[in-house]
Formats: sequence, structure tokens, C-alpha cells
Amino acid sequence: MSFPWAKPYEPTHPLMKWMDEKLPIPRLVYNATGPGYPVPRNLNYFWNFGVLAGAALMIQIITGIVLAMHYAANASVAFNSVEHIMRDVNAGWFIRYAHMNGASMFFIVVYLHIFRGLYYGSYKAPREMVWLLGVVIFLLMMATAFMGYVLPWGQMSFWGAQVITGFFSAIPLVGEPVRQWLLGGFVPDNATLNRFFSLHYLLPFVILGVIILHIWALHIPGSSNPTGIEVKGEQDTVPFHPYYTAKDGFGVGVFLLIFVALTFFSPNMLGHADNYIPANSLSTPAHIVPEWYFLPFYAILKAFTFNFLWIDAKLWGVIAMFASIALLFFLPWLDSSPVKSSNYRPLYRIFFWILVIDVLLLGWCGMQPAEQPWVILSQIGAIYYFAHFLVILPIVSRIERPLPMPNSITEAVLAKHATDAPSASATA
Amino acid sequence: MVRPLGFLVGLGFITALVLAILTTPLSNEANAAHEFHKHPKHLKLASDGIVLPHWDQAQLQRGMQVYREVCSACHSLSLVAFRDIQDLGYTEGQVKTFAKGFQVPSINPDTGEPATRDGMPSDYFPSPYANEVAARAANNNALPPDLSLITKAREGGKDYVYSLLTGFQNPPKNLPAELKPGTGLHYNPYFANLNLAMAPPLTKGQVTYADGTEASVDQMAKDVTAFLVWTAEPKLIKRIQVGYAVFFFLLIFTVLTYLSYRNIWADKKH
Repeated sequence: MSFPWAKPYEPTHPLMKWMDEKLPIPRLVYNATGPGYPVPRNLNYFWNFGVLAGAALMIQIITGIVLAMHYAANASVAFNSVEHIMRDVNAGWFIRYAHMNGASMFFIVVYLHIFRGLYYGSYKAPREMVWLLGVVIFLLMMATAFMGYVLPWGQMSFWGAQVITGFFSAIPLVGEPVRQWLLGGFVPDNATLNRFFSLHYLLPFVILGVIILHIWALHIPGSSNPTGIEVKGEQDTVPFHPYYTAKDGFGVGVFLLIFVALTFFSPNMLGHADNYIPANSLSTPAHIVPEWYFLPFYAILKAFTFNFLWIDAKLWGVIAMFASIALLFFLPWLDSSPVKSSNYRPLYRIFFWILVIDVLLLGWCGMQPAEQPWVILSQIGAIYYFAHFLVILPIVSRIERPLPMPNSITEAVLAKHATDAPSASATA
Repeated sequence: MVRPLGFLVGLGFITALVLAILTTPLSNEANAAHEFHKHPKHLKLASDGIVLPHWDQAQLQRGMQVYREVCSACHSLSLVAFRDIQDLGYTEGQVKTFAKGFQVPSINPDTGEPATRDGMPSDYFPSPYANEVAARAANNNALPPDLSLITKAREGGKDYVYSLLTGFQNPPKNLPAELKPGTGLHYNPYFANLNLAMAPPLTKGQVTYADGTEASVDQMAKDVTAFLVWTAEPKLIKRIQVGYAVFFFLLIFTVLTYLSYRNIWADKKH
């Protein structure tokens, strides 16, 4: 965290000096988010999404704590306690809709944050640990969101829990006992609901802890930037405060505007009608579909329809679905190109955009019933997904010839302004 | 080491997927019901959209009358309390009188025996049946769903409810035999499997509206659907009104943060 060009913390007020000797929290804040943390001067808006993800988590924690004051985690009353929040609790409808859509907003910003990392090579040395911790956060988020979706105890809550815990029953020999152990019974019931509530309350604080590690690991090499060239000196940087606090403040404003529009004007757009029907173990919904943020992975699960080798199709699907996330842990070593930013990687850049389209296609397929053409499209999509990370990326990083790169961040910034200025005057 | 192993794992998944493509038939099983199934008709209500939506209280009152005189014979409305209907434009006194018109389950204070008493504003609309078994026994083993959330709990929402209520018709001539309504079932192309246990509930002039509106089937279906939009989310209009205030407050906040961002960065090329 100590860069030679970072401004040192020098308290002048006697109280701050006293504080600095006893408990140097002001020093920590100054060095983490203040002038003591120099950041590349050329970050674009895609670097806002880390802060936005943090804001989304805080909103989820605050609204979640209030909801927990009114919610009852008991299978016989859980559904009605949510409706009690919607109808009788003061502003309960707002807190509940904010929490419900807050989960979606959290995933939107985290997906943009991840794809930013993929495009600009943020996972590469010296930031591998930042990436690894990020994947851990992503996994914890998925577990938390899944368990949270079970709590209203509607039809999709119940059948989602049934399907997702069913993945574990695909494991040979121990699968079924493991599933029963996770559920606390043969089907999702009160025991399941109670433990999911307990864990749903716990995991956000685990996420918070891993986020602190994620930021700590980031602040050792410092933030990456759109050129992918490391900071060479003070001229390449600006202090975090006020430059990026101001920019992030604006980012938070835009984020909240979208969040508010969704929460107040179309709160059920991303949900499922079935979840307003109380859970019923005797009536299976026509289409069991997870929340939108799981759809690409759900499509990969469903793409495997053939018993290959000694592994049956269901187990292939489950393994592939977990592998599609687990392979992200190996990304820093799958991509051996020393060039970070795709701005200078003409070949990888093409495959990056194909991956973006591929993940959107998988998401669309995940929403559809198991009919053609969705099955074959999700199979093709899944092939590209694995090929991209495990075959194409290692080969591309070998054979690609990167574009010429500037010598430093400052040079890149000045070159951009040199080309911008004449065109600006020409149009004026 | 990571790259060769990853390559092998990738090839494994890709082979399994290629084999899956080759062995999965490209044609779907024919589903005749799809052909006859209809998408819901659009129903426009005063509470729609985000441009000045409001409750049409006269319509909601008519809708509640339809619920009370028709639907409540079979369908419960368990999440709605009598006190809630003040939203529909009734006074506190009217609510009390309305509640008194219902008998709700109670306990005899002297003997402890099950009993009934007059409803109070704090009571909820009572269910027509004592329990699910009784409901199924009275309805050819079909369970009439609770209507409190019905416009949120079905794909198509209010459009679906309105279409279903007005969609009963004679089965088309070319309907395959296996899709023809069985005993006690009624053909309705808006229902997922085309055959519904509920008999056509509305007939012309079934209720007499106090405000003189003609009680056509279409009018009653519209009114009761509007009422069920309200029961599903009594806070809907308030939500949108508060949403405007919050949105414009945040818009000003965002403009200010943008200006301060531009101001702070004015001397820095980036």
C-alpha cells in the first residue's frame, strides 16, 4: 500500500495526532481511499463498478436487516409474513421491493465488473489474488441469492430449492444422503427454510469480509487501467480523493436512478409470477426457471443430454455447470499473454465479444423450455463457453501479435488529447 | 501444467456436448394444445402504467360487489382485511357496516365451543370453505385458488384474469378428441390446458350495480379484475407516486455529483 509517490499521512491537529498513536483509523482511511492512495489518472467509467457493487451490498444488508425484523422463517407462515410486509408494515413494500430488485442490481454491476476484468486483463499478474478473491465473492453471492430466493416460500422458491439441491443427488453413491443432509429432510420443508434463513443472514457478512481482502489485495499493486500499462510515477496518477470519490459519487447517482426506476415502476419485471403462489409440494410449476442471473449456468446444465463414458447426462450437466465457474479460478494462468488490455489485443478482443454474445445467448436459452431450437443453441453456446476459456484463450495468447503500445499512462493520455483537440476544433 | 490440463478438460466437455447435439432430435414433440391456446387480451385500467395512474374507486366498488356476490361463493380473499376497503372510497362507518354483514369464525366466550360472530374492520374476508378438503369436495376435486394475489400470480396478470373470465366458449370443431373438455370441465382457450374446472361464472345482469352501470359480462369481468389488481397490491399507486419523488430527488443529486466531478477533474487530462 505504500507507493513512493503516495502522499504521506501527516496529522496536524493534536486530537488527530493522539488518535494516530492510539488507533490509526484516520491513517487507514487516508491511505485506502484518500490522497494516500494514488490511482491511474485514465480510468474510464467501467472502473466504477467495484464501488457500485459495494454500494449494492450495503443496500442489501440494510434492507435485509429491516426485512428480518418482520419476516417469519417458518414454512407455515413465511409466505404470509412477506405479504404482511407488503401490506401492513410501514413502507414495507418499499423495503421488500428494494431488497428483491437490489439482488438483481448487485448481479448486474458484478457481471459488468467481471467483464471489465476480462476485457482489460485485470486478472493478470500482479493482480491474480484480486481476481481469485473476486471469484470467491461471486460464488458466495450465488449461494446467498439462491437461499434468499427460497425465503418467500412461493412456488418458485420451493421448486428452485428442489432443483438446485437436486444437483447434489447427481453425485454417485453419496449424492442422495448429501442432498437430504443439506435439506434436513426428503423435500424442502421447515428445516430447509430455517437453515437457509440463517445462512442467508450470515453469508453477506462473509462476503463483506472477503471484499475487504479483495480491496486489500488490490491496494498492494494498485488499480489497473485501460491501457494495461503499470503506473511508472506520480505523473501517471491522481489521488483517490477527491478525483475518484467524485467520479464514483456520480456513478452511484446513475446506479441509484436505475435502481429506483426498477424498484418503484416495475418491481416484478425480473421476478416470476409463480412465486406469488404459496409453496405446494404437490403441484409442480409448468416451467421451473431460476432467477435471471443464474440463467447462463442453468443453460449449460441443461445442454448436456447424452450419457458419455460412464457419466450420465445429469452428472455431466452438474459438473459442467460448476466447472464453468470454477475455471475462472485458473484464468490468470490460462491466458499467458503479457499484454493486459484488449485495446492492444486485436485477436483476443474478437473472442471477448463473441463470449459476451455467447453468455447472453446462454442466458436467453436458460429461460426457455427444453424444446428445440433452444436445446441445440444452448449446446452450441456451452461448447463456445468452454472452448473460449480452455482452448481458444491459451492458443490466442501464444499466437497473437499485440498492437504497438504507449510507453506510459501519461503518454497515452496526452496522445489521446493531441488527437482529440484538432477534431474538437474542426467541429466547433 | 494448467493449460494442457485445461485443454483436456475442455475437450471432454466439448465432446460430450457434440455427442449431445448429434443424439438430440431437432424436431419437437407436437403439442396440439399450443395451437388452440390464445394469448390474453389487453385490459386497460386507470391504475396502469406510470403516467398518473390512479384507482378508479367507482370501478373498484363495482368489482368488489362482483367478488362478493359471485366469486366469493368459491374463492377466498384471505389477505384482504375489511379495514383495507377504505381505499375504495368507503367511510369508516360504511366499513363497519360492511364487516358486520359477514360472520367470522370465533369461540363462544362462555363455553369455549366453536362459534361465529359479526365481522369487524380488523377481520379478513372469510373463506367460503372450512378447509381445503371441504373446498375440493364441493368442486369436483378442483381447488378454487385464493384471489388476493391472483393478478400477480399468473403470467399475463390482469389481462389473463380478464381474458379467462370472458373467454369461455364452445370448443372449436377441429379440436382433437383428447383436448375436448371432460365431465365437469369447460373449454377456455386462455387457460393453459384449455379445459377449466370453473364453470363460466358471469352471466348478463347477474349483479345490480348501485351506480346504474349495465352489468354485462364484459363490464363485470373488467370491474372484478380491476378490484383484484387492487387486492394484489393495495400500495401500487402510492408506490408510483413515491417513486416520482425519489427519482427526481436523485436526479438532482446525480446532476450535482456530475457537476462536481467535472469541476474537480477540470485541470486534469484523463
